[in-house]
Amino acid sequence: MLNARMFPIGRWLFLLMVVVMSCPAIASATETMVGGAPSKPWWFWPIILFFFCLVLGVLAVMAGVGGGVLYVPLVSGFFPFHLDFVRGIGLMVALAGALAAGPGLLRRNLANLRLALPVALIASTFSIIGAMLGLYLSRLNPDLIQTCLGGTIVGIAFLLLFSKNTEKPVVTKQDAIGLALGLQGLYWDDGARESVEWKTHRTLLGLFMFILIGLLAGMFGLGAGWANVPVLNLVMGVPLKVSVATSKFLLSITDTSAAWIYLNRGCVIPLIAVPSIVGLMLGSILGVRILAVAKPKFIRYMVITVLLFAGLKALDKGLGLGFLG
Amino acid sequence: MPAMDNQSLKPTKEQIIYANLLLMGMLAGIIIMIITYTIYLTGLLPSHVDMQIISANWGKGIHEYLEITHSPQGWEWVTLLGKGDFINFIGFTLLGTLTIICYLVLVRGYYREKNWIFATISVLEILVLSLAASGILGSGGH
Repeated sequence: MLNARMFPIGRWLFLLMVVVMSCPAIASATETMVGGAPSKPWWFWPIILFFFCLVLGVLAVMAGVGGGVLYVPLVSGFFPFHLDFVRGIGLMVALAGALAAGPGLLRRNLANLRLALPVALIASTFSIIGAMLGLYLSRLNPDLIQTCLGGTIVGIAFLLLFSKNTEKPVVTKQDAIGLALGLQGLYWDDGARESVEWKTHRTLLGLFMFILIGLLAGMFGLGAGWANVPVLNLVMGVPLKVSVATSKFLLSITDTSAAWIYLNRGCVIPLIAVPSIVGLMLGSILGVRILAVAKPKFIRYMVITVLLFAGLKALDKGLGLGFLG
Repeated sequence: MPAMDNQSLKPTKEQIIYANLLLMGMLAGIIIMIITYTIYLTGLLPSHVDMQIISANWGKGIHEYLEITHSPQGWEWVTLLGKGDFINFIGFTLLGTLTIICYLVLVRGYYREKNWIFATISVLEILVLSLAASGILGSGGH
């Protein structure tokens, strides 16, 4: 019964994705052919963007990735907006998603404040530097930031493909910094019907890695869940559930600081920002409902393939190769 | 596995206040964004930048775009609150300031607990976010 329901939903989602992904690409191609002044009325792209983000929101939930990491490469690749605006709005999209998820995660005690606070301070400080560096490099040479974005997206696609997170990492001895900061806790695992105790190790290394995560999040407007989770889980030894929840909550802090830099610089255009934010949030709500009857693994591989393509397209565009149009 | 410790499994009081503030602020932000965007699209308030001009220039870099559209940077948008496009910034600003407000609750909680490490971390975070929001770092130079 469930399989019979899953197949049409998977097929429907696949078709929807193909149609929606092709819409901006086709429209962009016709616009390029006309050249000079835009051939479309002002409302054309915001409407396409809203539906595009709606599907993106559904896929992001099902693939277990954040909205920002899909939004920036895909919108910069298939829509006529400059990367400066896409990065700024990408951060607002990631911020809105994290703010929406935060209350539930905190109430269920899955997102751990003690773990999030020191990490957030490092990541948010460096995301400001990343955002300023990104805007500076973009002004210096937009192709440079496009190429770096492409390389990062390709790296993220491989990270999502090969990263093997551990449900409950074994931490035999807590290190001194983790102990001093009290980075340990207890959470209730609904699936296993047991309480799980956890503590961190390699805390200093983990904290250092958040410097790089903050820089990348700010520079490319990607959000950073794709990097937060492996560092918390694989490096610091935090259980996967706590890592995922704390990472999502963390984004509400890290992205706030970087988003302000873009917002103050004028990189958030309301005409395209609001359809993006609302579309992705509605899509995420829909995604949670569809998740119960669909095959997330298939969607995850599909999203990784799309990310890989979007990354290669950004690389192609940045290096001026012209292989991918 | 350890025996279930009910007290450790429960979120702290500050965590609950943080969650409630976040939920209320986020919902308010989204509702405000939808209302102000409707006002913008329906033309109830005049726009500072014509939508046709925006769509003709959103493919240009930020510096060129700002010069062409005469759009403000930093907090200058506050002076344009009577314009349909810039009232949308009320929602964006609310989303951006929520975390700072929530951190104030944490500072109070950690201060009462005399947890100086986390009180200091929270104060530093407020300073970092406030610096980012102030526009000192993010605006100017075009």
